[in-house]
Amino acid sequence: MGIDYMYPEFEVVRNRERCINCRICEKECANGVHIFNEEKNCFAVDESKCVNCQRCVCFCPTHALKIVKSDCRLRENANWHESTVKEIFKQARSGGVLLSSMGNPNKLPVYWDKILINASQVTNPPIDPLREPMETRVFLGMKSHKIKRKENGEIDCTVPPLLELSMPVMFAAMSYGSISYNAHESLARAAEKLGIYYNTGEGGLHEDFYCYGENTIVQVASGRFGVHNDYLKAGAAVEIKMGQGAKPGIGGHLPGTKIVGDVSKTRMIPEGSDAISPAPHHDIYSIEDLRQLVYSIKEATNYQKPVMVKVAAVHNIAAIASGIARSGADIIVIDGFRGGTGAAPTRIRDNVGIPIELALAAVDQRLRDEGIRNRVSLVASGSIRSAADVVKAIALGADACYVATAALIAMGCHLCRNCQSGTCNWGIATQKPELTKRLDPDTGSERLINLMTAWKNEIKEIMGGMGINSIEALRGNRLMLRGIGLNENELRILGIAHAGE
Amino acid sequence: MKKEGQVRIPSGCAIAAVISRKGNKMSGELITNAMKPMHDRSNGLGGGFAGYGIYPEYKDFYAFHIFFNSRATRKDCEQLLKESFEIVQAEIIPTRKIPAITDEPLIWRYFVSPFKSVLKSLQIDEKELVARTVMMINTSVNGAYVFSSGKNMGTFKAVGFPEDVGVFYKLEKYEGYSWTAHGRYPTNTPGWWGGCHPFTLLDYSIVHNGEISSYDANRRAIEMFGYKCSLQTDTEVITYIMDYLIRRQNLTYKEAASIIAAPFWSTISSKDEKEKQLLTYLRTMFSDFLITGPFSIVLGFNGGLMALNDRLKLRSMVVGEKDDKVFIASEEAAIRTMEPDAENIYAPSGGEPVIVKVEEDI
Amino acid sequence: MIINAENLDYKALNDLIRSSSEDIQITNCCGHRFIAAGMENKSVTINGIPGNALGAYLNGGSITVNSNAQDAVGDTMNNGSIVIHGNAGDAVGYAMRGGEIFIKGNAGYRAGIHMKQYKDKVPVMVIGGYAGSFLGEYQAGGLIIVLGINIGSKKILGNFPCTGMHGGAVFVRSSCDGIKLPGQVTVSPASDEDMSLIEKHIVKYCGLFGCDADEILKEKFTVIRPDSKNPYKQMYVAN
Repeated sequence: MGIDYMYPEFEVVRNRERCINCRICEKECANGVHIFNEEKNCFAVDESKCVNCQRCVCFCPTHALKIVKSDCRLRENANWHESTVKEIFKQARSGGVLLSSMGNPNKLPVYWDKILINASQVTNPPIDPLREPMETRVFLGMKSHKIKRKENGEIDCTVPPLLELSMPVMFAAMSYGSISYNAHESLARAAEKLGIYYNTGEGGLHEDFYCYGENTIVQVASGRFGVHNDYLKAGAAVEIKMGQGAKPGIGGHLPGTKIVGDVSKTRMIPEGSDAISPAPHHDIYSIEDLRQLVYSIKEATNYQKPVMVKVAAVHNIAAIASGIARSGADIIVIDGFRGGTGAAPTRIRDNVGIPIELALAAVDQRLRDEGIRNRVSLVASGSIRSAADVVKAIALGADACYVATAALIAMGCHLCRNCQSGTCNWGIATQKPELTKRLDPDTGSERLINLMTAWKNEIKEIMGGMGINSIEALRGNRLMLRGIGLNENELRILGIAHAGE
Repeated sequence: MKKEGQVRIPSGCAIAAVISRKGNKMSGELITNAMKPMHDRSNGLGGGFAGYGIYPEYKDFYAFHIFFNSRATRKDCEQLLKESFEIVQAEIIPTRKIPAITDEPLIWRYFVSPFKSVLKSLQIDEKELVARTVMMINTSVNGAYVFSSGKNMGTFKAVGFPEDVGVFYKLEKYEGYSWTAHGRYPTNTPGWWGGCHPFTLLDYSIVHNGEISSYDANRRAIEMFGYKCSLQTDTEVITYIMDYLIRRQNLTYKEAASIIAAPFWSTISSKDEKEKQLLTYLRTMFSDFLITGPFSIVLGFNGGLMALNDRLKLRSMVVGEKDDKVFIASEEAAIRTMEPDAENIYAPSGGEPVIVKVEEDI
Repeated sequence: MIINAENLDYKALNDLIRSSSEDIQITNCCGHRFIAAGMENKSVTINGIPGNALGAYLNGGSITVNSNAQDAVGDTMNNGSIVIHGNAGDAVGYAMRGGEIFIKGNAGYRAGIHMKQYKDKVPVMVIGGYAGSFLGEYQAGGLIIVLGINIGSKKILGNFPCTGMHGGAVFVRSSCDGIKLPGQVTVSPASDEDMSLIEKHIVKYCGLFGCDADEILKEKFTVIRPDSKNPYKQMYVAN
């Protein structure tokens, strides 16, 4: 105890009448919050270690536990928030850069929640998706309008390499290392069953998962971990990661404690060594260098794979995307500032970048203004939380969305935001064998399939209401959206009218 | 209240068309009368016609039909036209004063021919010059609106019921081998003559019934290619898409139809390998131009017609024949008005184009 | 097989390389990018100036360049060898994870950046002359050897070598006096044991470019290694 002692953020409330001392809570908590005192035959608690992951709550057979926010607060101050003061304590003690996980939790506008969707009334009919055909199939990649005819007049139907999705949602990049083997297996198996794709992230592809290659996007990031020719050829597409919404302009850093066993082998670096991804690709210091990396991948894969380029949504995103579209990329991924991460400096996560809604709208419009929108597909990511978000993103101009946080939640994540600790009680963001086994890939993949199936049905339902029976007719269809409580600038950037107009 | 173009106005409609496969001429009275039994499909806020083969004496010249709101605008606009075109004939389009049609603008037509020197310096062909000129006038010359711009064809439209519009324009005095007609039922509009159908660009004219749900996706896609949708109507965007696919991409009418009314993936998968490949190719490469929601359209062009329903067939459309003639209309009654003895009456399936061409060039 | 690259674009040239089953001689090469990208075997000899990203993702076989090479040689290469009878541009051997690169002359900026190794898979880069700034930045494994042959008054290493280094080793044929190295590396004269790691690579270098290995090995070498596999561990505090 000392001047920077902080009362724990959470309190464990144990209902003694219900508790049967089964000690499941103790076993389930890798943080060591619950300590059973055998002599006294009761529980002690170290709440300072509690991260409110709800693991003990969920597994308590008698519902004897709940975690509540502590009411021991500093004196209220509208300027010096309690969290700000506590951060200063932490830094004054350690001298450390604050490190956080998952997406920006701060109160900043969520534009999805200020956009409303249209439906048909009278002048054209809504469609009942249960009884009428409703198509959600999407192709991602370059859409060439150059018609070539053979000598007999028939059209040459050779298409550029495309990704075919049964629905406009994919699982975004999360590396093996930042999440567990079982989590990767769950994602891979679900992607295969669903006819969509998951993304390796930059940790390479475990040899066991090459069999899911047709539903895999392999990522090439600045650290080039696990990148080699077979890896590039193993996936259905190659994604160059230039940036991430949670930490634009920042590289990656997987601590050596997570570089164990197969993670080390898959990344091809020794056990215990930090995996550091530089902020830039050191062969890309300018837009023409991006073209070089894109085409080096195309050459290495004999032009068989679409190349994706993922960038964080930053201020000048429209011009950047235009540059990417002219650099040979087939698909551009834009990751908004609320996107998740396994670890990012808090200040970066909470202060750098722009919302995906505005970035997506600006990019789509810019590519259209320049007449090159059909040259690339656009994937929106960075906190797509529901089927409604997906529909709004498509209507703003996305071809598809990436989800990661939602997928983690489906696998059990309770958003405690402590991935960087490596002691994920849900067995997802950890490499500790006793924890990773908590996520059964059978269950994990099934829950992912359930979630996506539900979203697909919801997407169909919303589309049907608008009288749209194929997803491509929704893409960029901004007349189907109206803003609520948005100012003129916001409406102009989103390219939508206000509700009532 | 916002005018058409500033706001999107959904509308329902009646359509009719007739063509002679042999290129035999028919008076515009025939098609005018065809609209009478479908009176209740319009609400008096727009009607119009397109006739093909009606200007044989000027068949080598582009016929511009233009609305002006004032004499000054006309002078400005003529000056603009003269920069790129030789005007061989300029005249007021003859109309008849009737109580049903009022508040008409100045309605002129010009037969023009592009200057070779202009084409050479812009490095474009004459159709492209015409298209660009029309787009330029309609978006930037306030008070002028080009509503027809093809060779040997012309559009006639006005605010009113279609059968009155035909009388107003004295259509009985025109002889065409093919005619299309439209009666409009907009949900709300101050009534603007330019917003009526058919909508045209070059010799492409479209009459359309239904409100499409893909409108803004289609509009934002076609506007990438130099088109400007100044009216915000379905007909306008469909016309531009057809112009882009047929004139600029050199696709056939059938190929274009399988883009805008693409078969469902499940249908495509049941086709033979070759057909499957082609349909998949067209649907993926031109996915922006899939039109969803209800529509039935008749696309007129020099030498033919194409009728097409949306792929779910949410609008009515029937086709009939008699001798050299083919009739198309929202209702059979319209066909019977034109030809009581019409045969082979049938309703084409959703997404199945009916393409009729005149046997020889006219 | 001899390919005259004069009238070929890089795609056509690489298609020919991919489809050939025999060794290849390229003549009149001038800026053709991505030569032998992802190549598995075969031997490619290049006359003229190859373009950027020569031998990217190289997976085996050998590439010989009878002149200088441009930027990003051997980017993310996994196996095989690249021999350059001249100088190499910037970022040579970026993220290299196996195989070897021999450069007769000098290397540009950021040579060997983020090289890595795993078990017995240790990439090697030998630079005959001097190396530009940021040599071995973020180095996570592998061997970089800089010989400083015929460099006159030029410094053998540029500025900021080995920043962020957390694996592997850099050998410099110099006492490294006056060269500023970052805090997280240890610098020491190479021991006999250290030298046994690199001797064969120097012998190979001398064999390739015709110089006397004994002469070169006579000089003192300095070895730079990271002092931690986790250089940034202390930098963060959980929030």
